[in-house]
Amino acid sequence: MNTSALILMLSSVGIVTFATAYFFFRVVTAKPKPEPDSYTDNDPV
Amino acid sequence: MAGNAVGLGNFLRFPVQAVQNGGGAFIIPYLVCFLLMGIPLLWVEWAMGRFGGRHGHHSTPFIMHQMDPRRALWKYIGVFGIFTNLAVAAYYCYLESWTLSYIWHSIAGTFIGQSADQVAGFFSTYVDVGVSTTGIPYEAVVFWILCLALNTWILAKGLSGGVEKVAKIGMPLLILFGVILAIRGVTLTAGENGAINDGTVGLNFLWTPDYSAMWSGKVWLAAAGQIFFTLSVGMGTIQCYASYVRKKDDIALNAMSAGWMNEFVEVVLGAAVIIPISIGYLGIDKVVELTKTGGLGLGFKTLPYLFTQWGPVLAAVAGVCWFGLLFFAGVTSSLAMGTPIMGFLKDEFGWKHKNAAWFFGGVVFLLGLPCVFWFSEGVFDEFDYWAGTVSLVVFALFEIILFAWIFGMDKGWNEINAGADIKVPVIFRYIIQYITPLFLIGVFIGSLPAIWEKMNEDVPWQVWVGRVILLGVFFITSWFVYVAYQKRRKQLDTVKP
Repeated sequence: MNTSALILMLSSVGIVTFATAYFFFRVVTAKPKPEPDSYTDNDPV
Repeated sequence: MAGNAVGLGNFLRFPVQAVQNGGGAFIIPYLVCFLLMGIPLLWVEWAMGRFGGRHGHHSTPFIMHQMDPRRALWKYIGVFGIFTNLAVAAYYCYLESWTLSYIWHSIAGTFIGQSADQVAGFFSTYVDVGVSTTGIPYEAVVFWILCLALNTWILAKGLSGGVEKVAKIGMPLLILFGVILAIRGVTLTAGENGAINDGTVGLNFLWTPDYSAMWSGKVWLAAAGQIFFTLSVGMGTIQCYASYVRKKDDIALNAMSAGWMNEFVEVVLGAAVIIPISIGYLGIDKVVELTKTGGLGLGFKTLPYLFTQWGPVLAAVAGVCWFGLLFFAGVTSSLAMGTPIMGFLKDEFGWKHKNAAWFFGGVVFLLGLPCVFWFSEGVFDEFDYWAGTVSLVVFALFEIILFAWIFGMDKGWNEINAGADIKVPVIFRYIIQYITPLFLIGVFIGSLPAIWEKMNEDVPWQVWVGRVILLGVFFITSWFVYVAYQKRRKQLDTVKP
């Protein structure tokens, strides 16, 4: 691959991967809101 | 929402848009559009939807009306949020049906022993609806009706939640399989197993920046359209989902998480699968030629050949896994397209859920007929251009003006931040208010010559029929909104924003 393509690809892939991992981590570690919330998936049946 | 956003657009539409718009010429506008339009619009649409939901509205015409009840204009602009879903679903379900059909062909071993050109040619035969490759008459139509019926049945039965739960397993599997294919694509070596180029040739084509294209309105429109299509912004589906979220619950982090996850699948995986593999086996010129008509079929024209290189058993397993998982990704997105119109019919006309679902299925069937039967004449691509690109940009432009300038940035910013699990950087307040609208205006004005050129192209008469149908759907939907407004005018006028 040529240098400019490699730089653009690695920087784009790096930024996107980092941001995805960061926001995914934030979602997973977010404190649950008191019920009733907007989501029924986590409600007792 | 990630299930809705991650769909066929990531693996099938993105590479084709990139190829059609010059590879490296496309990627910079695409990334700029994501940062300056995609992210702000995700927040705006989530905030609009949650605001509308608090007032009992679940579709864009009356969500937008609620944001500025003094002007009649907005509810008709909101028609885009219903029209786009109907028009995109019309061809999207056909695209989805190809994955269903290719599962069958993978099991039947149709591609075993075929050359790369023969596999590419098979797709053209398949979409020529008069020709049967399995002995089933009108095979492509049968698979399409099957797919549409399944979607409608899931919607009517209210099983979308169940599908979303299955998607929670299906999505990671799709991503895992995408990683395997991406590694295979990138490590493709010329001369081995029929490959004529290394995988890096495709990567070079995609990632070598072409700064001259920064001045092409056509490329910017395509990049903006792809960002909107892939994130499902400018369509009205996000507003519909968000209308069921309570004010104390987060939208800011959820929007970011779904948006970036979608970009990961598209930029990191989508870019490393179809383009390196297609160019590896067919070469750049052939791939560019293949995307001129029926472009979204590129993945179907190339991947089965790669799978056959792994031996008959693995080819069948890989085909079933890949097209099966793509089918799931497609179903979660097409189901989302049904929710705005169903919400509208239920809210405004008191329709029962089941009736609204079957109405949606019926309309999509009628709209899909020209896409299916006149696929080779370019009607499918025409729907994708007007509904899947131009409409999204136009609607996004209007909604950001409404949100930032009419509804007001103070109220809008508070709505985005209410219940937020992250602190939204304050710079985005100014981006939403100034940069994104200016950017959208620039993209729209810059693309007008390309739109004019397209209108003056010499096209088959079927394409003109397709255009008239799209226009007709927009006006009929507007009439429905007018009738609904007349029904509840007094009630709406007394509610303050």
